[in-house]
Amino acid sequence: MAQTDLRALQDTEFPVPEELQANIAITSLDKIYNWSRRSSMWPLLFGLACCAIEMIGTAASRFDFSRFGFEVMRGSPRQSDLMIVSGTVTKKMIVPIVRLYNQMPEPKYVLAMGACASGGGPFKEGYNVVSGVDKYLPVDVYVPGCPPTPQALLYGMITLQKKIDGQSLANLDDVPWYGVGPSEPTPVPVLGPDIIDPRQMELIREQAQQAALEAPFGARELPAWVNPAEVAQETTVVEETQDGAEDGIDPATAARIRKREEAMARLAARRAAKGGQ
Amino acid sequence: MMDVVADKTQLDISASIELLRERWPDAISHDNRDGFSGIIVDPAQLDDVALAIRDELGFDYLSSVTGVDYLGIADHMEVVYHACRTSGGPALVFKAQTGRDDPRVPSLVSVWPGADFQEREAYDLYGIHFDGHPDLRRILLWDGFDGHPLRKDWQEAYFEEEHKPFDSRWPGGQVYRAEEKNVFGKNVRYPDDLDLGRLNDVSESDLYQGLGLGVDVQALDSDGLRTDRLVVNLGPHHPSTHGVFRMVVTLDGETIASLDPVMGYLHRNHEKIGERNSFLHNMPFTDRLDYISSMSNNLGYALAVEQLLSQGARYSPPTYRAECLRVLMVELTRIVNHLWSLGFLLNDLGAFFTPMLYANNEREKILDFFEATSGSRLMCNYMRFAGVYRDIPERIRSVANLVNDKVRDYNTMDYLTEMVNERLPRFLDEYDTLLTRNEILRERTVGVGVLLAEDAIALSTCGPLLRASGVPYDVRRADPYSIYPELDFNIPAGKNGDIYDRFLVRFQEMRESVRILKQILPRLEQSQGEAVVTKIGHTPRVPVGEAYGRVENPKGELGYYVVSEGDPKGPQNPWRYHVRAPSFINLTALGPMCVGHKVADVVTILGSIDIVLGETDR
Amino acid sequence: MYGQGIARGLLVTMKHIARSYMDDIRYAGRKYSGEGNFGTRQGMQATGSYTVQYPDEKVAVPERFRFIPFLIVEDHDHPERPGHDWCTSCGICAKVCPPQCIWIVRGRNPQTGRPVPEPDAFYIDIDICMNCGYCSEFCPFDAIKMDHDYELASYDRTSAHIFDKQKLSKEMSHWKRIAPTTALEEMQARGGWEHMDIIREKAKAERAAARARKSAPKQSS
Repeated sequence: MAQTDLRALQDTEFPVPEELQANIAITSLDKIYNWSRRSSMWPLLFGLACCAIEMIGTAASRFDFSRFGFEVMRGSPRQSDLMIVSGTVTKKMIVPIVRLYNQMPEPKYVLAMGACASGGGPFKEGYNVVSGVDKYLPVDVYVPGCPPTPQALLYGMITLQKKIDGQSLANLDDVPWYGVGPSEPTPVPVLGPDIIDPRQMELIREQAQQAALEAPFGARELPAWVNPAEVAQETTVVEETQDGAEDGIDPATAARIRKREEAMARLAARRAAKGGQ
Repeated sequence: MMDVVADKTQLDISASIELLRERWPDAISHDNRDGFSGIIVDPAQLDDVALAIRDELGFDYLSSVTGVDYLGIADHMEVVYHACRTSGGPALVFKAQTGRDDPRVPSLVSVWPGADFQEREAYDLYGIHFDGHPDLRRILLWDGFDGHPLRKDWQEAYFEEEHKPFDSRWPGGQVYRAEEKNVFGKNVRYPDDLDLGRLNDVSESDLYQGLGLGVDVQALDSDGLRTDRLVVNLGPHHPSTHGVFRMVVTLDGETIASLDPVMGYLHRNHEKIGERNSFLHNMPFTDRLDYISSMSNNLGYALAVEQLLSQGARYSPPTYRAECLRVLMVELTRIVNHLWSLGFLLNDLGAFFTPMLYANNEREKILDFFEATSGSRLMCNYMRFAGVYRDIPERIRSVANLVNDKVRDYNTMDYLTEMVNERLPRFLDEYDTLLTRNEILRERTVGVGVLLAEDAIALSTCGPLLRASGVPYDVRRADPYSIYPELDFNIPAGKNGDIYDRFLVRFQEMRESVRILKQILPRLEQSQGEAVVTKIGHTPRVPVGEAYGRVENPKGELGYYVVSEGDPKGPQNPWRYHVRAPSFINLTALGPMCVGHKVADVVTILGSIDIVLGETDR
Repeated sequence: MYGQGIARGLLVTMKHIARSYMDDIRYAGRKYSGEGNFGTRQGMQATGSYTVQYPDEKVAVPERFRFIPFLIVEDHDHPERPGHDWCTSCGICAKVCPPQCIWIVRGRNPQTGRPVPEPDAFYIDIDICMNCGYCSEFCPFDAIKMDHDYELASYDRTSAHIFDKQKLSKEMSHWKRIAPTTALEEMQARGGWEHMDIIREKAKAERAAARARKSAPKQSS
């Protein structure tokens, strides 16, 4: 759709090769389009946890993110372009967050601020914590830190602007909203015995059937991981024992040596702690 | 006769306990476990004993209610109550024990209405049924959640080990993300008998049923005008709820008929994680409770663990300089917090951002000092057991590291002196002129959200909310800690208990904090060079016992109930780690305060309570 | 009089506006340049409110600032062991880490299988790290420190947010540069700029030499 329209914009004074015509118009349009979009990113006024305090600190006069066009924070998702997920996302909260995201008009962006929003953060192990908002929403920029300082957030925002600068009308894979029609809303999770992502219903059903047959529900064993250094050591040990049994170290001795080394390390640590006092 | 009653309310803790024991020799026994104190009350007699504790002995203020699961130690559940007198003094601890299979304890809401939310929390997280509780629903998790997570035999999806440090981290540290171990790639754990047939969003039905919407519409209105009650949801995403707090408000026209707070949108499982952590591990987690005043959160926790440690052999209390530094930080935090809360109270009133920006300017100056001293603006993690992290630096100096970095270099003591003696008083005067006599502010706040003194005490409110109602109860005076006894300061209290009084009390508290800081600075000069921390290592041996450390946080009484299992060879983790969060308990008063006011006043009343969700939901 | 309070409040805001411009005039021409002026504007003396013009000017963070940890390695021009880890893989940082975001594989000598004092692998998941600084505070060898670089935003966390040893390692000179005072204090506690093991070995060698010197004349006499 976009391509046919754009051909009309081309300057007839300069002949452009047939195969390049669409691209050239898009590039200059891209620039204007991206510039205007990235210079008026309005974040959703919406704070979750500790990071929200730093976000407000960034909005305040000392750091002032309106200098970058993050001008006003809008209370309504209908008026905002950017969702700054500022803090720990809990299972109870992800339901409204997904709803809010669905209500935002496209093009829309998500910035995960802080460790919690990116990947669960220090609370990752908690039973009510979603380990990263990207489990439910597409995240454009991650800002690490716990909490990120205002300047770190500003850097994240500039990073987002760079991302927008790189987007093109011609590349529909990169930016879904240039396609025809509105995109599908993200399915809203359901609070059951635990949170249920509707996109995973098939998988859950499958696992539930297996659980009825007394298989563990949802657990997955990680493949055993071997330290490459240890592999090397094993082979060399074998070689050594072939060379001569006296030089080789039998497992019992190795274990004893290891224990002693550990004890030495502990002792050294204790001494160091004393010395540092 | 009157004299006897008056005497009883003056009895100290042990005499009070003796008196109770005489009255109920069978139902009350001393808690004789090592390191524990207080009494154990037979649940059957709990109501009567509680009434006697409140009315005869004068413990009118129920500070904290919490459950403990002693699985594997004694195989029972315990409900622990801390009751205090608003006139001051330490807490009377009493406990009720009940079996783990069907834990039941009579509710004390009729005695202390402030137990309402705390009992609901214990029900939610432990499954303890409080017989006679008017509205026993889950409070932090949603209806239909599988299990009661704080029970010791309950494990979450990302469960790795019972105690930290985890063995998988060292020496064979195979890095992995916890979600890789889950087929769903998420932090989920479904029960084996998951019924996929009924997975509608049923989790809210109980909430709406509790609102009394089933009222007969015709009967509501006798004049013949057809009116209906309207339910309005405020939050969890609402700019004025100070986070992810939700209120379900039933409106009659524009007047509030009932208000039901819904919490748990930031329930980060602080206590479950805290029981897995070692004692030291918990310190940075306390930063994230009330994330505006991390320094005072640290102090409360340090006090609680120091209470336990002081029963052991090798422990020396913090030095004088460490205490001075603690008070310095805590009082600066109080100013930071009140600046923030006043700014946002004005924001809620419609004075969008100007008062906030002015307040934030001063706040940033204090944060710069925090950053230079502790390393972080918000998450200070500054207190340690028996001291503080490090002494204040000689100079607040930054070093250029990144491109375009601009450096600052100030002498720390000059910076502090200038701030405390000139800048902050000047700013407070200016802020006073800006706001206090503003007619719009007064119109919106005077007489709104009134909380009477008796109600404030009964509802266990604390901090500026309680003091604005005319109860000069401040833990710094009532149960002094650190070097507060030797400092000269007043406890500001209001008269009317409305929003305006809370505003004034906060303002006055900032001035008092400045006054305290002025006394601290010379003490810092004098104690220069003293050590600030007694090193006790990263895993101190914590003796068995319980401790309740409480401090006057900017938002109110913050208490930590810590139980140590005390096995010298085992992992050094708290068996129970409970936070008595002022924001959480202050919300008990929100509903009663709002009823009868207009819907526009709700956000103001909420703003005047000054909640922080990290602490409310934990 | 009704309205007096509002009028007074408005006077205060007027004063704030005026003050900001007054300071503009006072620092005319020098406002966005010069190191000293920045400190004045951000310090106690400033009267107006100033915006830090990030990214053209950044508030440099103080020495004790903590963000993501990094591992200290010897400088590339170190005479004896350039690029050698200071970490001895003793595992204390992994133990004191509150959210348990540190994974260490203890180093082993590939020939003998005995542990050697350096890590084979070292990972920090910065999506879990809470920047508390315990690792650097309790490290007995001063081998892990908190970095000051906060400009870490990225588009993809799966690849970028688990820092491995290579990404974590920074030279000792970096630490000396970003935290001169703290580095100096640590040096004094250790007794030299070298790693504690080297200092200890040197002291041991010296003691042995001294003993040898002492015992040597005895034997001869």
